[in-house]
Amino acid sequence: MKKITGAQAFIESLRQEGVKDVFGYPGGAVLDIFDALMDASDIHFVLTRHEQGAVHAADGYARATGRTGVCIVTSGPGATNTVTGVATACMDSIPLVVFTGQVSTHLIGNDAFQEADIVGITRPCTKHNYLVKDVADLPRVIKEAFYIARTGRPGPVLVDIPKNVQQALIAFRYPDQVRLESYNPTYRGHAGQIRRVLGVILKSRRPVIYAGGGIVLSNSSPELTEFARKLNIPVTTTLMGMGVFPSGDPLAMGMLGMHGTYAANLAVTNADCLIALGARFDDRVTGKVDEFAPRAKIVHIDIDPTSISKNVRVDLPIVGDCRMVLQGMLAELEGKGDEVSEMQAGVAPWLAQIDSWKLEQPLRYCQGELIKPQHVVEMVDELAPDDTIITTEVGQNQMWTAQFYRFREPRHFLTSGGLGTMGYGFPAAIGAQVAFPDRTVIDIAGDGSIQMNIQEIATAVQYKLPVKVFILNNTYLGMVRQWQSLFYRKRYSHTSMATSPDFVKLAEAYGAHGIRVDRPDQVKGAILEALAIKGPVFVDFVVDPEEDVYPMVPAGTAICNMLLV
Amino acid sequence: MRHAISVLVDNEAGVLSRVVGLFSGRGFNIESLSVAPTMDPTKSKIVITTTGNDAVLEQIKKQLNKLINVIKVVDCTDKDYVEREMVIVKVRAEAETRAEVLRIADIFRAKVIDVSPASYTLSLTGDVRKLEGFIEILSPVGILDFIRTGTVVMEREMQGRRKL
Ligand SMILES: Cc1ncc(C[n+]2csc(CCOP(=O)(O)OP(=O)(O)O)c2C)c(N)n1
Ligand SMILES: [Mg+2]
Repeated sequence: MKKITGAQAFIESLRQEGVKDVFGYPGGAVLDIFDALMDASDIHFVLTRHEQGAVHAADGYARATGRTGVCIVTSGPGATNTVTGVATACMDSIPLVVFTGQVSTHLIGNDAFQEADIVGITRPCTKHNYLVKDVADLPRVIKEAFYIARTGRPGPVLVDIPKNVQQALIAFRYPDQVRLESYNPTYRGHAGQIRRVLGVILKSRRPVIYAGGGIVLSNSSPELTEFARKLNIPVTTTLMGMGVFPSGDPLAMGMLGMHGTYAANLAVTNADCLIALGARFDDRVTGKVDEFAPRAKIVHIDIDPTSISKNVRVDLPIVGDCRMVLQGMLAELEGKGDEVSEMQAGVAPWLAQIDSWKLEQPLRYCQGELIKPQHVVEMVDELAPDDTIITTEVGQNQMWTAQFYRFREPRHFLTSGGLGTMGYGFPAAIGAQVAFPDRTVIDIAGDGSIQMNIQEIATAVQYKLPVKVFILNNTYLGMVRQWQSLFYRKRYSHTSMATSPDFVKLAEAYGAHGIRVDRPDQVKGAILEALAIKGPVFVDFVVDPEEDVYPMVPAGTAICNMLLV
Repeated sequence: MRHAISVLVDNEAGVLSRVVGLFSGRGFNIESLSVAPTMDPTKSKIVITTTGNDAVLEQIKKQLNKLINVIKVVDCTDKDYVEREMVIVKVRAEAETRAEVLRIADIFRAKVIDVSPASYTLSLTGDVRKLEGFIEILSPVGILDFIRTGTVVMEREMQGRRKL
């Protein structure tokens, strides 16, 4: 058998995994891989301007497509620059495989030039990671890495490949199966438990579905929607679950938690049965745990056993893939016509109650002389095409987007939920645009966050990726200022961003377009203009600097305890 | 409550740090830890003794199981099992206490493994209570140093029978 180098075997392994697009940045320890990449015209490489950008781009690509995102970076600083991106993906269960170069095996441990123990550093923020010490292991490790990344509860896997392993020769054979004795995720929910859970749900009269990112990851939005509609169960989603249930549906209550809707938070608080699907009871959702869904029997369906009863006592757990479990429940409902109609009728007063909460305290804001950030989001929602992918940065921009953009489908909203990583949105938008060159991709950004990965504008220009960045420029690290305003006696310690670049000139300096508007009547025109431009555009919306996000549940208090506008 | 958890893992570089890192990263406590290869040289056994309420223990077990290199997790506290630990104790043994030290050693069936004019070094195997009793009794005599191995456990072959 003809022998090839480890670097060539690496490329061949990517092919076997069906990888089309790769994000990354070169360096000394990956010269061999990059050399081999030059001969792989079928693999499209995107050179970002920072390794963090590469990982977020791969992450955005993965979230938008459901496929596994791939990155290649060098050792040492290249590898350490990926850490925030890897942790971001880990918190949100996003399938990524990050390849890092490493110094040659005989140098490992010597503090060699550009050596970092990246396997040690990323152990707690990857689903799994590998150091490949022998080229003979490389194909198997890559196969396992992709398998682990995408199966079960997905997550990032890092593979560290020393330079001499890339250079060593191997008779290449890609394994056709993964054999991991110790890794067998449970997909199929326990049939008896599914029946038991359904029994409880059918008897409930104040049910609520609380749906999270697990619905996106398992592609079970259709099943969820069918299930909720069949039984007339109102649905609230987490930040990660936005879009899994059509926001226009009368059963939709929007987001719950710290900046959730009044209706959703009160519904959860008064529910007699809370059905958590692919959600993990994050503290931003539950507020004070003891007072979260205090009157409800809690059903929790999740593929990750560690999520169950971690933060909140769960009465009825089902470990399994949300899609399979929902399918099981839907099948079980066939032939239960009487109970189904009884439930549909029985929940009517509950739905009426929720409707009145919705009317009593809808999401709202007051128009003024200055542009209101919420208004920008609403106008984007109105003007952008239906298949638009929205990303956000972190802070108020993120919460306003979650509140005021009506997401209709999963994988249309990409945001860093668990880690809350400023600087995520722009590179993630680039990744999504690489996956879908013909769709509109918009990063709704903050003036602070955008500066964390602003260099990626060069990437967008280089690859002609027409990403739109709509900066809600409030001249503040707004979300932090909001907390200072509410809980720290308005002492705005280091949260002013008054000194920002001229975003219009900056965009132009990079060869992109820049637009600035500061009057409410210019918002619509600016959005339309930006959407019509074929290349990347920065729009600087100079918005009301003092606008805050409401409702707000002060941290650590019960979610029924909301500060309202 | 004290739990002895036996964790079968792949015998690979870095696996121990995954397990230990899990405990420190998630704020679980480790009372003792022992690691060694098993009959199957591709696997190692880690025995961790820890304390915590039921919810904490449940998380510990689930989180351990989630690690890719962890093959099997057994909380021996739920089972019939035997446990042993070894301690080596160096005690002051001068003229007036030499005989007393040997007497105590004899009562506990400890072995003398090193002798000097002013000390005895004893080794003792047993369960945690026996070891701690031994150390307590020797304390007034004057312990110079001791080292413990950490607990190892094995499930009893015949579960549910009277203990031997
Ligand atoms: C990398 C990182 N550093 C710090 C924070 C803390 N933080 C959360 S929101 C926020 C302010 C973000 O400001 P901006 O991007 O302008 O958004 P705004 O809230 O004003 O919309 C900060 C500093 C974070 N989430 N991520
Ligand atoms: Mg801001």
